[in-house]
Amino acid sequence: MNELRDNADVGELIQYIVIKIDDEQYGINIKFIDNIVRMQQITRVPKVDDYLKGVINIRGEIVPVMSVRMKMGLSEDVITNKSRIIILKTESGDLVGIIVDQVNQVLTLDANNVEKMRYDDKKGKTNATFVSGVGHYDGGLVSILDLEAVVAEKDVKEKASNAS
Amino acid sequence: MDVSQYLSVFLDEAKEHLQSLNDNIMTLEQDPENEDCINEIFRSAHSMKGMAGTMGYTRMQNLTHDMEDVFSDVRAGKIKIKSADIDVLLQCLDAIQGYVDNITENQDEGTDEHQNIIKSLADIRNGGAAPSGGDAPAAAAPAQSAAASAPAADGPAPGADGSSDYRAIRLDPSVKSTLEEAKSQGKKIWGVTVHIQESCILKAARGFLVFKGLEDIGEIAVSDPNTQDIEDEKFEFSFSLILITDEGKEKVEEIVKAVSEVEGCECGEFDPSGAKSAEEKEEAPAANAAAPAAAVPATTEANKPAPAAAQGQAAGGKKPAGKPVVNRTVRVDIEKLDVLMNLVSELIIAKNSLISAANTSGVSNVTEQIEYLESVTTNLHESVMKVRMVPIESVLQKFPRMIRDLNKTLGKKMELTMTGEDTEMDRTVVDEIGDPLMHLIRNSADHGIENAELRAQRGKPEVGQIFLHAFQDGNSVVIEVGDDGNGIDAEAVKNKAIEKGVVSPDQAAMLTEKQCVELLFHPGFSTAKQVSEISGRGVGLDVVKSKVESLSGEVTVKTKLGEGSTWVIRLPLTLAIIQALMVIIGQEKYAIPLDSIQSIEDVSPADIKFVENKEVINLRGSVLPLIRLNDVLDTDSTKSPDEDMVVVIARKGDQLAGLVIDELMGQQEIVIKPLGKYTNKCKLISGATILGDGEIALILDTNSIF
Repeated sequence: MNELRDNADVGELIQYIVIKIDDEQYGINIKFIDNIVRMQQITRVPKVDDYLKGVINIRGEIVPVMSVRMKMGLSEDVITNKSRIIILKTESGDLVGIIVDQVNQVLTLDANNVEKMRYDDKKGKTNATFVSGVGHYDGGLVSILDLEAVVAEKDVKEKASNAS
Repeated sequence: MDVSQYLSVFLDEAKEHLQSLNDNIMTLEQDPENEDCINEIFRSAHSMKGMAGTMGYTRMQNLTHDMEDVFSDVRAGKIKIKSADIDVLLQCLDAIQGYVDNITENQDEGTDEHQNIIKSLADIRNGGAAPSGGDAPAAAAPAQSAAASAPAADGPAPGADGSSDYRAIRLDPSVKSTLEEAKSQGKKIWGVTVHIQESCILKAARGFLVFKGLEDIGEIAVSDPNTQDIEDEKFEFSFSLILITDEGKEKVEEIVKAVSEVEGCECGEFDPSGAKSAEEKEEAPAANAAAPAAAVPATTEANKPAPAAAQGQAAGGKKPAGKPVVNRTVRVDIEKLDVLMNLVSELIIAKNSLISAANTSGVSNVTEQIEYLESVTTNLHESVMKVRMVPIESVLQKFPRMIRDLNKTLGKKMELTMTGEDTEMDRTVVDEIGDPLMHLIRNSADHGIENAELRAQRGKPEVGQIFLHAFQDGNSVVIEVGDDGNGIDAEAVKNKAIEKGVVSPDQAAMLTEKQCVELLFHPGFSTAKQVSEISGRGVGLDVVKSKVESLSGEVTVKTKLGEGSTWVIRLPLTLAIIQALMVIIGQEKYAIPLDSIQSIEDVSPADIKFVENKEVINLRGSVLPLIRLNDVLDTDSTKSPDEDMVVVIARKGDQLAGLVIDELMGQQEIVIKPLGKYTNKCKLISGATILGDGEIALILDTNSIF
């Protein structure tokens, strides 16, 4: 799933969609975004991990939707009319949706203004696990979501044994 | 030459030819005199040789060439195929298969020359061959065979000779004067006849190289056939030319022989004044023109080996075709069909939405149009589905050969009978079902059929019977594989299972005979006392089971100790669009495939009985377990406990179970969509479908609920 890592060259301008999860702002590289849809009815799939909320119909395709909040260990999503589902497209063409509390703006950042996080910094199950870097802009700081970590299947074996 | 674009065609055809060779050689074993068969083999071998050559796979070409030679002799009646020869031929096929497999994997035929097989093939030819067949086939020189066939042929044959000799070159007056002028200038005039190896594929290129080499040292005054014809490969295996040069004869020969695949050359001084001129010999051109055409019937009449491409084709064309080999078919990339199928699916979804829209808006006059649309989409769906259907034959074809080989390796006498080879199934299913079937047949051969003494003791015929029946049964295809052998010893299975720790002795004591037999499907189970190469690696039956289940099918076994066993595989006709019963459980909609439903019952809570603390109902005399789907699916039932329950009686093999649902919605044609990544971990759900209003309903896999 390396396709979801940011491999942008230094100096390149990258557009990020800035979203809000809990009280924090996160940037998602626009090139991984297929679509942003309003909250809709999610069809629950039984016997899967809690953070997988179910599946939705995107143009006739069945797309799984996951809760980033639950994956990050935050409280259950509170669905408001600002809630959105961001449909991410992996390089292999798979679609996966993530629920976010709010979509704020589109931000263009110079790759120089994005401080990469070293991967060996990421230890333990903190929020930092899902962040690949920090971007500076006029209005402040934005964490760049590590999408690979976000959509990775977590504790697959553990859950599988629970389910069986 | 870049041939990669033809690779897939080559591989497809090679496989077809291999299969045809396999079949025909097997037939030949039973009936060594069968002429149609021999001709068919010859043609297949010949086509394969040509194809391999074109693609530049020389080793494969050599092997097929030798095989062709053998059958060429057989056709000519020089040798007869003996049973020992069949083994060699089959080995040869395996070797060719090896090449094809290698090519499939990495576009390279590999480096195995299979000298031993080539030698064995040569031995076959030598065995009962006429003297002329005694040549090592690979080395069969075109010059020799041309020379050998020419005297045998009568009439125009001398003309055929003429086309390959510089002495017979006709001269135009202008050329003649050029030559005479050159001669007077003291230049040497050489007549050269070049013989190219019969195995050479790019004759034109070799010819070109010869011309190029010679033009470096002199001028080519004339050639026969002319340059254009040589470039177009319009010549047999030799051509002649006249060269004006200062160099000596040795130099000329050296240059010609430096070109690879040149068999040899004859070189001699050419005397223009002594040569026949075109006007002088009016009849010569006629003879020459007739020669190439005449050479073909001549060689065929003489029944000599005729490996040359043109000759072979002519010979092949002359034979009455034993059966129509060519169907009126088009090869279509399966992906294109998938796209078509997807579009049909979309159409069906759109139609479903229309129906639901019409129902809710209450417009009545559209109903008729919708019904029409429905019939069109249903027909379209069926025809697209049929396009994807292929006969299961392609998978079954290899089994007779396999049984024959097993006969030898296991030292048992067995016979395979197959019926229903023309049963059609979805291409994807057919592609996947081969291995499971092979496992089952091997199992029957290895474990099922007893050895000869035991069979005699039991009063069974000496030859063990293995059968495979395929047939369509409603919306599914049933394939039965069985034998009249030992059957399955439930006790032995049970003991083995305990020994392997699959079940505890306590558990084992509780098992019915049927359940014991089902243990065979447990991963890592094999009852073979000895691990043989045929089966007994303990991967067989659980692989069969998981494969069949991945195709939404099921496998069961019927067995009687001492009398044999039958494995029954039941597979859906298609995987993409099915009829389903839509139900509501809790607040959610689910689809249950109609195939797996026996009936729907209303059951009063008072009728529920308990067996071993599990809920059961008594339905018309048979006791079946009750499964509350809302529990299984972690949702809350909308019904109160004292209400009557709606129970869907589902079937898995000959097992039944009652699935308690909340509400029935009705029957609907649904398009199966795969659940995306992540969510496909749930075993209870086999897929999802999109309803008319865009909502998603999950499809229950009733097999995994049991």
